[in-house]
Amino acid sequence: MAAAADEIQPSETPPLLLVHRLPRFKLSFFPFLQTEYTVLDPLADPPDPSFPDLSKSARIMLCVGPTPVGSDELDRYPAVECVVGSSAGLNHIDLAACRRRGVRVTSAGDAFSDDVADYAVGLAIDVLRRVSAADRFVRAGSWPVQKEYLLGSKVSGKRVGIVGLGSIGSRVAKRFEAFGCTIAYNSRSIKSHVTYTYYANVVDLASNTDILIVCCALTNETYHVINKDVMTALGKTGIIVNVGRGALIDENELVEFLVRGEIGGAGLDVFEHEPNVPKELLTLDSVVLSPHKAVFTPESFAALEKVVLGNIQAFFSNKPLLTEI
Amino acid sequence: MFGFFQYKQFGWWSLILKTGSGFQDFITPTEMENVGVLMTCPMSAYLEQELEKRFTLFKLWENPSRTEFSARYADSVKAVVGNTKLGADSALIDSLPRLEIVASYSVGLDKIDLNKCKERGIRVTNTPDVLTDDVADVAIGLALATFRKICASDGFVRRGLWRNGDFKLATKFSGKSMGIVGLGRIGSAIAKRASAFGCTISYHSRTKKQNTNYTYYSNIVDLAANSQILVVACALTEETRHIVNREVIDALGPKGILINIGRGPHVDECELVSALREGRLGGAGLDVFENEPDVPESLFGLENVVLLPHVGSDTVETSKAMADLVVSNLEFHFLKKPLLTPVV
Repeated sequence: MAAAADEIQPSETPPLLLVHRLPRFKLSFFPFLQTEYTVLDPLADPPDPSFPDLSKSARIMLCVGPTPVGSDELDRYPAVECVVGSSAGLNHIDLAACRRRGVRVTSAGDAFSDDVADYAVGLAIDVLRRVSAADRFVRAGSWPVQKEYLLGSKVSGKRVGIVGLGSIGSRVAKRFEAFGCTIAYNSRSIKSHVTYTYYANVVDLASNTDILIVCCALTNETYHVINKDVMTALGKTGIIVNVGRGALIDENELVEFLVRGEIGGAGLDVFEHEPNVPKELLTLDSVVLSPHKAVFTPESFAALEKVVLGNIQAFFSNKPLLTEI
Repeated sequence: MFGFFQYKQFGWWSLILKTGSGFQDFITPTEMENVGVLMTCPMSAYLEQELEKRFTLFKLWENPSRTEFSARYADSVKAVVGNTKLGADSALIDSLPRLEIVASYSVGLDKIDLNKCKERGIRVTNTPDVLTDDVADVAIGLALATFRKICASDGFVRRGLWRNGDFKLATKFSGKSMGIVGLGRIGSAIAKRASAFGCTISYHSRTKKQNTNYTYYSNIVDLAANSQILVVACALTEETRHIVNREVIDALGPKGILINIGRGPHVDECELVSALREGRLGGAGLDVFENEPDVPESLFGLENVVLLPHVGSDTVETSKAMADLVVSNLEFHFLKKPLLTPVV
């Protein structure tokens, strides 16, 4: 007989925790789960015979990585009251469907923000100062032969434009300020607590920007927010860094602009059809390519574990969730 | 108007010229054009262009032999423009009896025989400040690229390996402890940037700086032992040659990263290479090497190093600013105006 929902009796079985994951995400990602909770895993091998019944009673779902959660999944697990997200972005979760069913959703909060902001700055410096390209030049043994490498473009003092001044964007701004850069941004709304210049539309932002950093959430409104008009406004000496989602940028247009030299370069951690990267980019020195790893540090994953565990514990203790969105 | 050469001939006129109120220029544009300037090696097409507009420019590398060049042109050369590869050493200075000024296209002075210049009354200028930001940017760029394996994962994508699985974990940069060797203009600019990433800053310098809150270590080994990132940003002198030796590298340790944007000889390169290959040092981001342009090939296969071909100040913007400073210093010298950035 299950105990009352807000009490965990030591003699009872641990509370049910439904894990919702794509096959490539292993459960070992969250080792602490097995000791604290009764983990229900639809991909368990061999299959757990009690799963079909128990899963209908699970009140909390841990969504591992960008595993889609939509109406179908919510119908399949009708007792779920809370979805605990574990990635920086939440575009794979149908937030409207969750809201309609009264299902609460938590995010990774700030767990990844420092690392993603660091990565955005690292990519920008790499593109402007040609770090990866010059590293290739040296490793190919070209330095003694060609004597000089191409000049890069100065980072300090440039105009930085941030699309999405949230947890990541505000950290990007703080870092670039120390380089003497001026900061401007576009966001759904003006942030009254900052003195950075606000642009109501991304084309105007891009017209006044040398380094465009894309770090907003992917929603229906922001799909392809970086389009041909934005890239034209950014111009030949401007660069783009994307640490958000691939679909924030019209990738076909981006490739055209880069191949023709109509924007100065790009640092990309995300792509529209990962892990596929447009082949035209593979031979360009004006781009830096990254396999969606802006959060891949042990420190970020440790911080994530803490947030995930904290949210699950808060749920079962009837306390306020840590990072409810 | 009396020009430069007339001044030399008619010494007593110089009194009138010095005290005369309207006479700012002691050299006409034509006479300036006859001043021989020797550039030691290719460093900037823009600089060559600007020098050619104003002076008679000799290019050392276009001459078949130094002795032949000396025989034909040595008497015409009043100025040398050098850089970090080829400066003005004792032999070159000796071969130019009419040399008055060495204007270096660099801030570093290790390739100039400063003592000889002082002895002969030869002026020396460099290019401080204009390149501070660029070099500091590269230091941070190298630290991020090394810690976060940006170059390695770019190669991973280009080689089509992403289809087979994700890249490995890297290491967080924010919040790490950074130790800076040399807290001059460049060291301070690096500290300012790293602080915005939440890094704690300490430093080692010849003397403790009064106007800073950063922790001072009088001993570089202690600095290394207390830092996760060690950045070399000091001048190269007799005292700082191989300042990063085996002891320092061991103190930095298997989780530590070395960033060198100073000079190759600051680091004992053999010890560095062994430490990296044996895993006794976590990684390195290097813009300079002991025998440029030669880089130890055993570094080429390592994922935990980033190797740059001495590009610290190599941006379009800064190269122009450095070139303009070299040209202005030369013009001001021959116009008898105070030099903008004199060292000697």
